[in-house]
Amino acid sequence: MATEEMEQLVRREYTQGFVTDIESDTVPPGLDESVIAFISQKKGEPEWMLEWRLDAYRQWLKMKEPSWAHLNYPPIDYQAISYYSAPKKPEDRPQSLDEVDPKLLETYEKLGIPLHERAALAGVAVDAVFDSVSVTTTFKEKLAEAGVIFCSISEAIRDYPDLIKQYLGSVVPKGDNFFAALNSAVFTDGSFVFVPEGVTCPMELSTYFRINAANTGQFERTLIICEKQAQVSYLEGCTAPQRDENQLHAAIVELVALEDAYIKYSTVQNWYPGDEDGKGGIYNFVTKRADCRGDRSKVSWTQVETGSAITWKYPSCVLRGKDSVGEFYSVAVTNGRQQADTGTKMIHIGEGTKSTIVSKGISAGNSDQSYRGLVKIGPRARRARNFTQCDSLLIGDRSGAHTFPYQEIGNSTATVEHEATTSKIGEDQLFYCRQRGISEEDAVNMIVNGFCKDVFQELPMEFAVEAEALLNVTLEGAVG
Amino acid sequence: MSAAQAFLDRLEERVADRRNVSGEAEPSWIAARRQAGAARFEALGFPTRRDEAWKYTDVRRISEGDFGLATNADFSRSTAAALGLPIDAIRLSFVDGLFSAELSDLADLPAGVTIEPLSQALQANHEAVGGSLGRLTGVDFSPFAALNTAFAEEGAVVRIAPGAVVDTPIVIQFLSRANAQPVMSHPRVLIEAGARSQATVVEHYVGEEKAANFTNVVGEVLLERGAILEHYILQEAPLGDSHVASLHIDQGRDSRFTSFNINLGGALVRNDLVADLNAEGAEANYYGLFFAQGRQHVDNHTLVNHNAPHTFSNENYKGILGDRARGVFNGKVIVKRDSQKIEAHQSNANLLLSDRAEIDTKPELEIYADDVKCSHGATTGQLDEDAVFALRTRGIDEQTARGLLTLAFAGEVMEQVTLDTVAERVERTVAGKLPERFNLSDLVEVSSESGADSAARSSS
Repeated sequence: MATEEMEQLVRREYTQGFVTDIESDTVPPGLDESVIAFISQKKGEPEWMLEWRLDAYRQWLKMKEPSWAHLNYPPIDYQAISYYSAPKKPEDRPQSLDEVDPKLLETYEKLGIPLHERAALAGVAVDAVFDSVSVTTTFKEKLAEAGVIFCSISEAIRDYPDLIKQYLGSVVPKGDNFFAALNSAVFTDGSFVFVPEGVTCPMELSTYFRINAANTGQFERTLIICEKQAQVSYLEGCTAPQRDENQLHAAIVELVALEDAYIKYSTVQNWYPGDEDGKGGIYNFVTKRADCRGDRSKVSWTQVETGSAITWKYPSCVLRGKDSVGEFYSVAVTNGRQQADTGTKMIHIGEGTKSTIVSKGISAGNSDQSYRGLVKIGPRARRARNFTQCDSLLIGDRSGAHTFPYQEIGNSTATVEHEATTSKIGEDQLFYCRQRGISEEDAVNMIVNGFCKDVFQELPMEFAVEAEALLNVTLEGAVG
Repeated sequence: MSAAQAFLDRLEERVADRRNVSGEAEPSWIAARRQAGAARFEALGFPTRRDEAWKYTDVRRISEGDFGLATNADFSRSTAAALGLPIDAIRLSFVDGLFSAELSDLADLPAGVTIEPLSQALQANHEAVGGSLGRLTGVDFSPFAALNTAFAEEGAVVRIAPGAVVDTPIVIQFLSRANAQPVMSHPRVLIEAGARSQATVVEHYVGEEKAANFTNVVGEVLLERGAILEHYILQEAPLGDSHVASLHIDQGRDSRFTSFNINLGGALVRNDLVADLNAEGAEANYYGLFFAQGRQHVDNHTLVNHNAPHTFSNENYKGILGDRARGVFNGKVIVKRDSQKIEAHQSNANLLLSDRAEIDTKPELEIYADDVKCSHGATTGQLDEDAVFALRTRGIDEQTARGLLTLAFAGEVMEQVTLDTVAERVERTVAGKLPERFNLSDLVEVSSESGADSAARSSS
């Protein structure tokens, strides 16, 4: 085996690490009520929103950072983080793509996702979040025609206060957990989607998040509401430039599905995982939750997690409506010194609710990965059904794979199944490929892609291609 | 912390009483250990639902109870005979934690077997026991282990000499009495199996129907190179009893430990099973069955530590829950770094017979080596309607069909049991405990009798 070659590949620098030089309007590090007031004022928010934030902040002060996850990282100094950073002169925000700062466009070029091209070719409306302020939103008109609202959360707070008052924090309450409270206090941007009754969103919605200025945590907040019989597919993709200081990321995603609504939420996450000693990577503490309020509603989470130094993420579904459905498909790849503690929660409350969990974990190098999931079947969730499969693939003898599946079942008519396996790549499979002239590298990629197939199938087309490529890059040289 | 304090006060009384009776102080290491246990327990207090290991188990039934300590071991011989396992065995009996010579049968021990109650072993040569006692289960293991260490005064010490093959099962019987004031007992079980020895040990917990005592056992098992041990926990404690037990197994090279953990009784039951596979070739098999009804609460925590390469573990737990019973299963496998070539399998299946029953299951894997084959599975559901239908098409009425399938569900674990007496007894109890409408006890009786008949015929 060409070990040296492998090592070189393993050591490959993060290809998407570059810094765009845009002057940021940044507040000094630290967090107190005045910083929150500053953020709120910067965003031109009404008074009640500031109160809402301050309430979250006061709750956060009383909370302790959770320590139960299978993660190991130095304590975070929340006073050393700057909580607001926006591209210069937010009031002069570009109205169309042409007005966008060429440097920003350049950034997208480097990422291989040129905004105009992507928008034109893929027919995707892009609400690009560059650091914390939405820079441009395309296809707004086409969406408006269908009655779909797709805008930044700040705009929504200004323009649709009634919807915000009704839904913001209704899925993930302000005091839900430490990171959720922090986010509620300081969130600066994110997306808002509202699909009215009976409307199928005419295109896939997509937001590209980037974290740019050093030392600024990014606190997005996404809220998606699907009214009766409405449907939407939402894509979230992330990359970040290389930085030496750990960047904190604590986002909240709230999904609300009313009767017969269907929300599909897909994520590809490729944030900087840190250098080979695990230094400098992104800390990703995310609270994602869907509330299937209506009968027969359906929410599907699909995620491909390849980046971040620390991942703490449990997209969940509260299956309240009768016959509502929750799905979770996940591929998580860790390499180097990455640590991921991820999984899902399926809370079955309504009758006849169904959930499916397919989680594929691949840990290579010195990385550690945990699947942590909860399936809870309430006493009234008659005929509830869950199927869980979580498989781990270990590459290299310094990696770790762990599973912590909680099942709480309080109903005799429920059927709950859980299966998990952990193994390394089969020598026989490798040998089979090798003897047919396939290089070891390609063979591993092939086997790993096969291992993840169940999940990739669930991804929207363009994401699936991207995800496969991403997986290959992440794992390159991991076998040796 | 008043709940914990009440227990500590009781301890002080007991130590003083004992000093007055014997007129001499305990060996200093015992006193020191007692103190360490008490101190640890005082610091920890009783576990609450906020402790991850006790997330689903509320121990207030114990912490809020007022338990005395037994002062004698009187027990009716006929009741004991009726309750005990009808099996030809080496028998060691305890009544509410105190040794009963009368109910024990230690005559004619086979060569290579030493069995003594702990108190006698300590009296004879306390230093010989001191080394192994508490080596595996320290006061840090759990508040209950600390409490046990503080109170421990009696228990079983079983030693199997190297190379000895003991055919006769060793039954350690713990009887619980219906006392006017409930009592608690903190027995220790210490089993040392020498190299290449082979034995079967049954811990049998049973008692008078109206009893409402608290038993807190700590067991430690050392298996030397190539030792084979079959270990049974047959827990048929009275329905008012609280039962907390931990068993810690230390396994040497090529040793094999097989555990049958069968829980049918008790109001509040918590079992902890920990096996350390410390050398190549060690193998641990865990089989478990719990059947809870009424408001019974049964919590099984199992852990296998694969500390060495080429070790093997297999686990299969089945739970049946009716009425408002609650079952907890937490199985954990840890594969240490560099423990390559491991195989570890774990499975937990649960059957809920009622809508108000609840099961909380968590099969965990923690793996730090890559050349491993590990799997776990957990299922919860009801009886397979197709299977019920299949039986009904053969003229079996629905209730009987359901009963038979429930028995068959338990049977998957029970068929691994090598002691027929235990298997039959469990099967009969399970059948008897099934809802009235299943009424299967006769069926089991008949089948086992006919089985005996046919066996008799074939031998003649």
